[in-house]
Amino acid sequence: MVRSAVTIVGASLAGYWAAETLRRDGFEGRISLVGDEPHAPYDRPPLSKKYLAGDLADDRLALTTDEKLADLNLDLRLGCRATGLDVADRTLEVEGIVESFDGLVIATGTRCRTLPGTEGLGGVHTLRTRDDAAAIRDALADGTGRLVVVGAGFIGAEVASTAIGRGVEVTMVEALEAPFGRVLGVEMGAVMADVHRQHGVDLRTGVGVEEVLGDGHVAGVRLTDGTTLEADLLVVGIGVVPNTEWVEGSGLTLDNGVVCDETCLAAPGIVAAGDVARWPNPRYGELMRVEHWDNAVQQGVHAARRLLVSDDEATPFAPVPWFWSDQYDRKVQLAGRPHPDDEVRVVTGSTEEHRFAAFYGRDGRFTAALGMNRPRQVMQSKGLLEAGASWDEALAFASEWD
Amino acid sequence: MRVVVDFDLCESNAICMQIAPDVFEVRDDDFLYILDENPGEDRRAVMEQAVQRCPKQAISLGD
Repeated sequence: MVRSAVTIVGASLAGYWAAETLRRDGFEGRISLVGDEPHAPYDRPPLSKKYLAGDLADDRLALTTDEKLADLNLDLRLGCRATGLDVADRTLEVEGIVESFDGLVIATGTRCRTLPGTEGLGGVHTLRTRDDAAAIRDALADGTGRLVVVGAGFIGAEVASTAIGRGVEVTMVEALEAPFGRVLGVEMGAVMADVHRQHGVDLRTGVGVEEVLGDGHVAGVRLTDGTTLEADLLVVGIGVVPNTEWVEGSGLTLDNGVVCDETCLAAPGIVAAGDVARWPNPRYGELMRVEHWDNAVQQGVHAARRLLVSDDEATPFAPVPWFWSDQYDRKVQLAGRPHPDDEVRVVTGSTEEHRFAAFYGRDGRFTAALGMNRPRQVMQSKGLLEAGASWDEALAFASEWD
Repeated sequence: MRVVVDFDLCESNAICMQIAPDVFEVRDDDFLYILDENPGEDRRAVMEQAVQRCPKQAISLGD
């Protein structure tokens, strides 16, 4: 497929790797990389970890060096927001100005959900961007005494972990009965809860936030059980929403993301990648939208290549998802796609020691592997998942461990 | 080609081991070991994937 130019909207992980892949594969036309943040493409995982702890300088967040970025010869438009798309006319609107496109990569990611009624209230933060993280980092450095974290997902758990490391008093509030319960199930969620409590987090589960208190600046939160918690810093990690408003009415199908086919194609010459893309992963036979780092890299690569090949040459994007999360001195990794009701079996190590691997299975199928400080075993398990190993085959493999 | 790992950056996520088990191994001590520092040129595409997908960007390739 010969294209004259490709526009990539979204200059984070998926967008960057799409650009890099186009050049690597020999595309010589113009590549426009449009991003609404003022910063050159940077890496987000450290934002809730080392960057938040003040242990990583701004320039160490960059996804690549200035030299390599220059070598890609991009029309790099930072601080520019795409505001509209017309699929039939083959045009998009950037900062209100209409321009045509030949190939288009949609990689606009997601943004954080916020707690209603907290707009304009000081000391209330979400964490998605470098600027968000810098603001929380500075607040922690300014001697925040009491931090309340709302939501015990990845962001909440990592922020709690980093804040504990800085000597801050942390209360974490989670509406479910266990942190990560919706992903890992109750049993493994309880292990996660135990890790936080052992490190000094006051973890409140099965309770929501009724009201955020404060006049001008947050003073605390009132929970649904009537308890009031004092706080001078509130970090809200209650999930994200895909950034699709700018393509509403464009002719694309939107349903909790930009809906693509299994090759990541959303319309002729238009692909989507990363957190914003929802596609039928043939491995699972269902529409998926994955918010993990590795997915953004791989889907950015896949989607870019999709633009350069014909429909006949296109291949489906069929990864086994995986993520990692660093909390305290524990590395949590999950490969696969567990259901919270799956059977769970610890196959090596012990949950009490917080060093183990556990398998998830359902109907004789091996669905996922969870590890805490067991990277070797998780990655071997990821290979089994990719090979389509059965529950019995996976257990037999794991019986060789230890 | 030469494979270089910045061990100050490496956090043993082990994705490299899954991509190229003949080159990278994370052992039970949770540390990464390089099994082959000079894989053949025919392995370049695989090695580039390891570079790309390392969450810490700790791997680089030389000539």
